[in-house]
Amino acid sequence: MYTTNLNFDKNKKESGKVEALEGGPEAEAFQAKLDQDLMVEPKDWMPEAYRKTLIRQISQHAHSEVVGMLPEGNWISRAPTLKRKAILLAKVQDEGGHGLYLYSAVETLGVSRDEVVALLLNGTAKYSTIFNYPTLNWADIGAIGWLVDGAAIMNQIPLQRCSYGPYARAMVRVCKEESFHQRQGYEIMLAMANGNAAQKEMAQDALNRWWWPSLMMFGPPDDNSPNSAQSMAWKIKRFSNDELRQKFIDVTVPQADVLGLKIPDPDLKWNKKTSHYDIGEIDWDEFYQVVKGNGVCNRDRLRARNDAHQNGQWVRDAAMAYDEKRRKRAA
Amino acid sequence: MQNELFEYALRLGDNNLILGQQLGNWCGHAPDLELDITLANLALDIIGQARLFLSLAGEIEGKGRDEDVLAYHRDVADFRNVLLVEQPNGDWGATIVRQFLYTTWQQLFLTKLVASTDERFAAIAQKAIKEVAYHARFASEWMKRLGDGTEESHNRVQDALNSQWRFADELFDMDNVDRKLAKAGIGVDLAKLQKEWDARIDTVLADATLARPEPQSAMFRGRNGHHTEHLGHLLSDMQFLQRAYPGATW
Amino acid sequence: MSKEWPLYEVFIRSKNGLSHRHAGSVHAADPEMALEAARDVYTRRQEGVSLWVVPSTEIIASDPGDQEMLFKPAKDKIYRHPTFYNIPKEVKHL
Repeated sequence: MYTTNLNFDKNKKESGKVEALEGGPEAEAFQAKLDQDLMVEPKDWMPEAYRKTLIRQISQHAHSEVVGMLPEGNWISRAPTLKRKAILLAKVQDEGGHGLYLYSAVETLGVSRDEVVALLLNGTAKYSTIFNYPTLNWADIGAIGWLVDGAAIMNQIPLQRCSYGPYARAMVRVCKEESFHQRQGYEIMLAMANGNAAQKEMAQDALNRWWWPSLMMFGPPDDNSPNSAQSMAWKIKRFSNDELRQKFIDVTVPQADVLGLKIPDPDLKWNKKTSHYDIGEIDWDEFYQVVKGNGVCNRDRLRARNDAHQNGQWVRDAAMAYDEKRRKRAA
Repeated sequence: MQNELFEYALRLGDNNLILGQQLGNWCGHAPDLELDITLANLALDIIGQARLFLSLAGEIEGKGRDEDVLAYHRDVADFRNVLLVEQPNGDWGATIVRQFLYTTWQQLFLTKLVASTDERFAAIAQKAIKEVAYHARFASEWMKRLGDGTEESHNRVQDALNSQWRFADELFDMDNVDRKLAKAGIGVDLAKLQKEWDARIDTVLADATLARPEPQSAMFRGRNGHHTEHLGHLLSDMQFLQRAYPGATW
Repeated sequence: MSKEWPLYEVFIRSKNGLSHRHAGSVHAADPEMALEAARDVYTRRQEGVSLWVVPSTEIIASDPGDQEMLFKPAKDKIYRHPTFYNIPKEVKHL
């Protein structure tokens, strides 16, 4: 799963403007390092804005993984076969693992997991908008694997080469594990699309509901994505939102054809001149509404995370108390 | 003998199926991210064991029922799991107590089952015993952390222990099926596991500063199809798709 | 109360014959839990045969500011490398 950098204010910053780095020889050396595609490691000197951007992006990415466990977790108990149950559980568990790798990466920047999680729990930090949509039928589990993980992979592959070492390394591990996720999702879609009438209907319904939100996962269009230019200069981001979105569309449309399902976009057509698919208008109002917290599931997701945190407090306290007692006894 | 063998495989399969189903419900909701991942690992092991035993049951029965038909197309009265595993997750303490009581038993049971004269049972036991050794360690450690942690955790886990204790004696109950298979060297003499189970439980409870509850019995037996109300709800959730869309391939 | 579980760094030996390698970190209340968390988080796909966990606060790291002092002086000691020496081609096993 992936999160776009959502902590932006549309009106405040001009797009395309690269923030001037703090001057001085260290800053020059830093940029020179990035220009040579060298990696930055935790204790190296870095501009404060670079560090803050990374903390924000990596923690949002981690939150997305962890919140992303909820919509799919919604179907673990109802998986239609024991094999599917095991696969789904392993897959959702992987998402938790990815969240954990990313929290580990963010902690190398001098913040604790508790600090960044607190921002998620109180609603300050963002996570990917896609997880505020509900999973209503079993085909949604297929659609998430196929489309949402597919979009995530598009985003995450270039992040394996991002300039911050711990983030890049976490991404290598994530991408390796993610490769089964998309395939299991597509396999579910195949079974449904080739199943009985009710199953086909579920599959089409799932595609109808997940298609547009998946395209939104890549973030706002380039001309309205103020932080992109800076992130590119810092080599945190390697491709623009629109480039990645187009790439995703181009590979996904033929996959829908194999399933015999229809992409819910009357304007979708192959453009011979550009050798890409043209699509209809994305409803960015919907996107911003979900970012603001007005999606169908925003409140449920946050409540679930808060409940888990609060219900776990006595457990975490008990384990710490036990360790302290044991140390005292040993001393 | 075929009937008894089928019944035996079904009991072992159902115990794990129901427990695995419950543990899966923790996914995304555990007290900590690391624990979330650990618990999913336990659930995956246990569901894997369920699949092996249920497939074996179907094979022994020879009527074409596979693991999914057995899991998804039987009603409460036909389930053969012990009552302990169908008790709800509750809080982390209740889940740990259930796991501790069951897994301590399961570990002892599998230690005997690996010597079964029926190679099919022995092979599954051989695989499962490694997984369960880890579950037993995990559950025992958590009993100690909670029992000897804070006052709140101590009280919570003691309450959970008191309320689940009545389901423990079913684990050692011998009926005709058990007696017949134990005699044939295929099954395990459950009564003989009790002493070692008591010893292991008592050691951990002592370390955890928890009191062993007075002897109690649940009066009825899950393996006879006499269940608590929880199982019906668990099945209606688990079996929903197979029941709503009969004959579909997933 | 309500202190965060401490951080442990995780090192994995992927197979015998290789060294342990840093894989990431986990939070845990005690060392046993740290080992189990490391096992459950980082070896789900048979990535390891042995694990180390080390409290993160116990790691002593060199200062990036000392890089020049610590590592640059090795640069001109090229005579430490076998390719520095010219040996006639016909000489074998050297």
